[in-house]
Amino acid sequence: MSPVLLSVNNLVKTYGTRRAVDGVSFRVLAGQTVGLLGPNGAGKSTTVGMLCGFLTPDSGEIFLGGERIAPGAAAVKRKIGVVPQDLALYEDLSALENLRLFGALYGLRGKLLAERIEKVLGQVNLLDRARDKPATYSGGMKRRLNIAAALMHDPELLILDEPTVGVDPQSRNAIFDTLEALQAQGKALIYTSHYMEEVERLADHIVIIDHGKVLADESPASLHSRLAAQAALRVELAEPAHASLLDGLRGQRGVTSLIADGGALDIGLAQAADALPVMGWLQQAGCRPLHFATARTSLEDIFLSLTGRTLRD
Amino acid sequence: MTAALTPFLALVRKDLIQFLSDRRALVISLALPIVIAAFFGSLFGGGTKTSAIEVALVQQDTSEIGQRIAAGLKADPNLHIVSMAMAEAENAVRKGTQKVAIVLPAGFGEAAGAALFGNREKPSIPLLYDPSQPAVLGMVKGMLTQQVMSVVSAEMFGGKMGQELTERSLRQLDEQAKTDPDSRALRDMLASVQKYQALPAKDNAGGAAAGPSKGLSMPFTTADKQLSSGIAEQGYNAYAHSFAGMGVQFILFMGIDMGIGILLARRSGVWNRLLAAPVSLTQVLLARAASGAIIAFSLLCIVFAVAVAVFGVHIASLPGFIGMALCFGVLTASLGLVIAAFGKTPEAARKIAMFAVLVMVMLGGAWLPSFLFPDWMQQLTVAVPTRWAVDGLDAVTWRGMDALAVLPAMGVQLGFALVFGLLAVWKFKREQR
Repeated sequence: MSPVLLSVNNLVKTYGTRRAVDGVSFRVLAGQTVGLLGPNGAGKSTTVGMLCGFLTPDSGEIFLGGERIAPGAAAVKRKIGVVPQDLALYEDLSALENLRLFGALYGLRGKLLAERIEKVLGQVNLLDRARDKPATYSGGMKRRLNIAAALMHDPELLILDEPTVGVDPQSRNAIFDTLEALQAQGKALIYTSHYMEEVERLADHIVIIDHGKVLADESPASLHSRLAAQAALRVELAEPAHASLLDGLRGQRGVTSLIADGGALDIGLAQAADALPVMGWLQQAGCRPLHFATARTSLEDIFLSLTGRTLRD
Repeated sequence: MTAALTPFLALVRKDLIQFLSDRRALVISLALPIVIAAFFGSLFGGGTKTSAIEVALVQQDTSEIGQRIAAGLKADPNLHIVSMAMAEAENAVRKGTQKVAIVLPAGFGEAAGAALFGNREKPSIPLLYDPSQPAVLGMVKGMLTQQVMSVVSAEMFGGKMGQELTERSLRQLDEQAKTDPDSRALRDMLASVQKYQALPAKDNAGGAAAGPSKGLSMPFTTADKQLSSGIAEQGYNAYAHSFAGMGVQFILFMGIDMGIGILLARRSGVWNRLLAAPVSLTQVLLARAASGAIIAFSLLCIVFAVAVAVFGVHIASLPGFIGMALCFGVLTASLGLVIAAFGKTPEAARKIAMFAVLVMVMLGGAWLPSFLFPDWMQQLTVAVPTRWAVDGLDAVTWRGMDALAVLPAMGVQLGFALVFGLLAVWKFKREQR
């Protein structure tokens, strides 16, 4: 097992009477990618602010490689790269000038600074646009430069706060390629998002936060196994389903949950193979299905089962 | 350069590059103060030489006295006399193209002479004036009085008209003496005048402006000495004050932009990225203050360089000026930090800061010199930092004082800067908690 890189212990942050972060604890292992999931206002960005050292927790501690993170802890800050949710770039300076500044903030200068600029621009495929200002970039290019700025000092841990907001699919894939290359280099990542599919693609560990509390802290496989339903069947009937039909359906083998809305049925299944017998039973019961579809349960379903609301609420 | 200075210098460098690449900010910070200072400077007198007052003259009195008065007025360096007909003069004053018109009515010279020694009715000189120029009317009245007294008395003591009037008056007094014994004294005085008139004339040409004559003249002259410590040939230069005032105003506007820049950085997330780096909040703020002070200092130097080169402004003490510019630069930078610290949004902060700066520069004497303020306001505005900035710059330019004399002004500006800076750091740190 990889050593623990980041240890977050019982963080609390209060604004007025509102507890934005309420006892959050989790760990990140070296080389691990942790997905920090939660809807807007769940406490993700406040947690990230404390991880990055620009917010001071009311209580609790954060350790990176055994050193405590605090606003003045310069040495430990050198090990962290931050990609803020907003484009944290000077749009009136060229990409080169931006990277020169952010490298210098971490003490880089001279030849080393020039080498790092060239390397990170190569990593995000912006070498040919180095002298242009970000104001002339596309949204995706700006996001890539945003990541490049965080990589200038070659951090051990990269914290990405919703890095794909407002990005087209092609640019999103380019960003994922960059992040997967970093994973391959053994970098640890914390990736906050409310896009389940992104987290499912990148993360090998998931922390779900809501109302400032950690609701789940485990691997994606473990999270899936927590759900009784492993597959979902959605059926649209020609007529509304009556009560006796729904009672009969709930008693069928493999059916773990049932939500009915008129003729629309959302049926949770213990496994995908249970879908065919259930469809056969419905036909025998005299129902006329107009349309049906099966799907694997997703993190979205897991989040719904844990919080009672969707990620985009 | 130590490694510890690398982030600080990088932040300062970034600010300087950003400022220089923003042409709009450069134009506002440099061209506008120069243009507006030039305008205000010329409005308030420009350089040391005062311009002559434009006066129209309607000469209806064609007598020798009338012509001498006109010649005397035209010879006065403080007046620029333009001869006009009555209707033309009325129209010019009404339109404001002439501030005052003097109307010398027909027969004025004779009537004035008769009124000087006899009990005749005094003739009147109509003065037409622009209602917006009452002060000019007073000045013209003074100069006209001097000319009339000089020319009329000279004529009465030595001119042909004076001799005729004296003879006529003596005959009348001889008649009156039969019934009025008191008129004998006046008769005796006029008889003495007649004897004086009989003396050979020294100079009868040119009226009052042509040197000593037999007439009355002002019993004194003034020795005008400018009350500044500057070199005598420099004296007051309205441009010096205008450039100080407008320089202070527009550089403070730059300070507002600096503060708004920080607010925008906080909104965009750049601020968080800076604070996530291994630099302290105080370092980030100090770097911003340093770059702001450098920009403000440079702008003030450039503005005054133009004032010296083009408008003849004299810098009496270069060390004093540099000290004042540096202290004002620090004050400007600290003002920017306070705006950034206490501003809620860039938009709201800009409006409030613009209002505050305009009030500060107005009370600081940037628009009108503070010596024109009422006494109570002069005392009150000592609490305004811009008053010290403008007065200090005035001191090292046209007032001709040295660096030691402006040490209090420098100290007060640095004091305000310290208070602003501490307030800003306190607020920023409070928000970080």
